[in-house]
Amino acid sequence: MSIGDGPSGPNQRQHDAMEAGRTVGFFTDPTLCIGCKACEVACKEWNQVPADGTGFTGHSYDHTSHLGASTWRHVKFVEQDLPRGHQLAGPMTGEADDGGAEPAFRWVFLSDVCKHCEVAGCLEACPTGAIIRTDAGTVFVQDDVCNGCGYCVVSCPFGVIDRRDDPLPGAGGAYKCTFCHDRQAVGDTPACAKACPTESILFGPLDDLRAHARRRVEQLRDQGFEDAQLYDPAQTSVRGTHAFSLVLGDPAACGLPPRPQVPTVHLRPAWTSALLTAAAGWAVAFAAFALL
Amino acid sequence: MAITYDERELGPRAAAEAKPRDHALPTTQAEAIAGDHDEAGYYGLPIVLPPVWTWQIPTYFFIGGLSGMAAVLACAALFVAGDPALVTAAMALAGVGAVLAPVLLAWDLGRPARFLYMLRVFKWRSPMSVGSWIVTCFGAAALPALALCLLYDAAASPSAVLTVLRAAAVAGAALFGALLATYTAVLIGATVIPAWSVHRTLLPVHFGAAGLGSAAAALELLGASHPALNAVAYVAIAVEIAVALRLELAHHGVIDRPTRHGKSGWLIRSGGLATGPLALLLRLVGWRELSALAFLLGAALSRFGWHAAGPASANDPRATLALQRR
Repeated sequence: MSIGDGPSGPNQRQHDAMEAGRTVGFFTDPTLCIGCKACEVACKEWNQVPADGTGFTGHSYDHTSHLGASTWRHVKFVEQDLPRGHQLAGPMTGEADDGGAEPAFRWVFLSDVCKHCEVAGCLEACPTGAIIRTDAGTVFVQDDVCNGCGYCVVSCPFGVIDRRDDPLPGAGGAYKCTFCHDRQAVGDTPACAKACPTESILFGPLDDLRAHARRRVEQLRDQGFEDAQLYDPAQTSVRGTHAFSLVLGDPAACGLPPRPQVPTVHLRPAWTSALLTAAAGWAVAFAAFALL
Repeated sequence: MAITYDERELGPRAAAEAKPRDHALPTTQAEAIAGDHDEAGYYGLPIVLPPVWTWQIPTYFFIGGLSGMAAVLACAALFVAGDPALVTAAMALAGVGAVLAPVLLAWDLGRPARFLYMLRVFKWRSPMSVGSWIVTCFGAAALPALALCLLYDAAASPSAVLTVLRAAAVAGAALFGALLATYTAVLIGATVIPAWSVHRTLLPVHFGAAGLGSAAAALELLGASHPALNAVAYVAIAVEIAVALRLELAHHGVIDRPTRHGKSGWLIRSGGLATGPLALLLRLVGWRELSALAFLLGAALSRFGWHAAGPASANDPRATLALQRR
C-alpha cells in the first residue's frame, strides 16, 4: 500500500473484508487533502443523507461546521501561523516581498468522520442494543432497533453521533457514519474513500493502514513536518480508533479532543455515590420514623 | 466589522439554517478567529455535541426523585411507625410518579412507540439501560403496592395474606424507588458533558437529597403532619446546603461556568437557595407548608438547571479541553 496507487490502490479495489471478518479502517492524511469536500458529497449522495443547512460561517471555507446526524463526513479548514514543512516557495513562507519578515502560515484540511472506536461510548451507552460492532470491526446503528433515546449523543467523546428531529420511516433517530456497511457487504469500498481524489482518505485493513501511517509520519518528519503525529488515542479508555488520522501539531486545533475518554470510566464512582445515597435515604427515613 | 455567525447579523432564518440544532457559538469565537487555537480549539466550535433531551427529562428527574423517595418514606412509615394513612398517602405519590415517569420518558424518545425496546437487553454498562429497568421494576412494585394499600385501608379486618403482600410490595417499591431517585444522577454524570461528569459523585447525593426532601414536602402539603417528615426535611435541607456550598466552592475553572452563570447557573443557584437557606428559614419560624413549597420549587428548578447546564457545557470547547488537560 502506498500513495499514488491510483486505480490499483485499495480505495478502488473490490475487497472481501466483511466475509473474511477482517477489521478495516480509514486513515486520513491532512497533508494530502485539498479540501474539495468530495467525501462529504459522496457520503451524502450514497447514504441519502438529507441537507442540513447552507449557512455561512464566516470563519473559513468550512460551512459544514460539525459532524452530526446529517453530516457524516466533515472537512475541516484549519489556518495556522506555522510553517508547512520545508516549503520554500510561495507568499506565506515567512519572507515578505520587501525582504522583511512575514508570519509563516499553513492551511490544513482534515476530513473528519466517526472514529469507530475500539471501545465505543455510543455502543456502551445504547440501551436497546441498536448500536453494534460489525464483522468488519466498525460501529453500526441498526435503524430498526434504535428508539431515539439520545443517550449515545452525550456518550460520544468525539461529538459524532446525533439525533435527527425527523427520523426516516422505520428508523429511530440516531445517525452517524455507517462505514458504508451496505457497500462493504458487496465488496465495495466506502463512498468517501472511493471519491477522494488524492487518497487523503485511505480505506483498507486496519493493520496495513497502521503500518502505512507510521511510515507516512516518518516520511513527513523527514520532509520538515516536525509536528506530524498520528491521532489514534490508544492510551485512553477509547483504546484506539478504527478511523484514525494524521495531524499536524495540537489535535485540539482540529477540534479533536486531546485525551478522549469513554464515559463508562465514570460509572464506578457515580454508582458508588448513588448506591450509598440510596442506602442513606433509607437510613434517614427509618431513623426518623423510629425516633419520632 | 467582524463577521460573526450569529442571529443578530444573519437574521434568525439564516442562523437556523446554518445548523439544524443550536450549536450556539461560545464567546470564544472572536479569540478563535484571532488565532487562539489552544484555548478555543477549532474556531470555538464544540468538540462534543449537546444533549438532545427536552423538558420532559428534567421533569422526569423531579417526579422520579419525588415518587421514588415517597416509596422509601412509605416503607419506613409502614415498618417502623405503623401509620396506615401515611403509608397510603406516600404510596399514592409513588403510584402517580410510576405512571408519569414512563410517559415522560417515552415522550422524549425519537420514536415513542419503541419505548419497550429499552427492555430488549440489560446492560450494566449503560445507565440508560439500568435506569429503564429500575423505572419498570419501580412501576411493577409501586402500582400493586398502592392497590394493596387501598384494599388494606378499606378492609374492616385485613387478612394476613393482604398484610404480607402489602408489606412486600411497599418494600419492593422502596428498594427501586431509592435507586430511581439517584440513578438519574449517574445517567448524566457518566457522560462526556464536562459540567455533568465533573460532578459525577456529587450529583447522586444532590438528586437523592432533593428527592427525599421533595417526598417529605409533598406529603406535608397533602396534610400529613408526622414529626418524622419534619426531621427528614431538615436532613434534606442540610444536605442541599452542603451541595450548594460544594458547587460554589468548586475550582474547575471554565468547567464551572454553566453551574454559576447564564440560564443554567441562575436555575441551579436559585434552586439551591430555595431548597437550602429559604426552606430552612421558613421551617425554623414554623411555616412548614411554605418551607415544603419552597423545597419542591427549588428541587424542580435545580433539575431544570442541570438539564440546561448540559448544552451550555457541551457548546463550550474550552470546558471539554480543560477537562482533558487537567
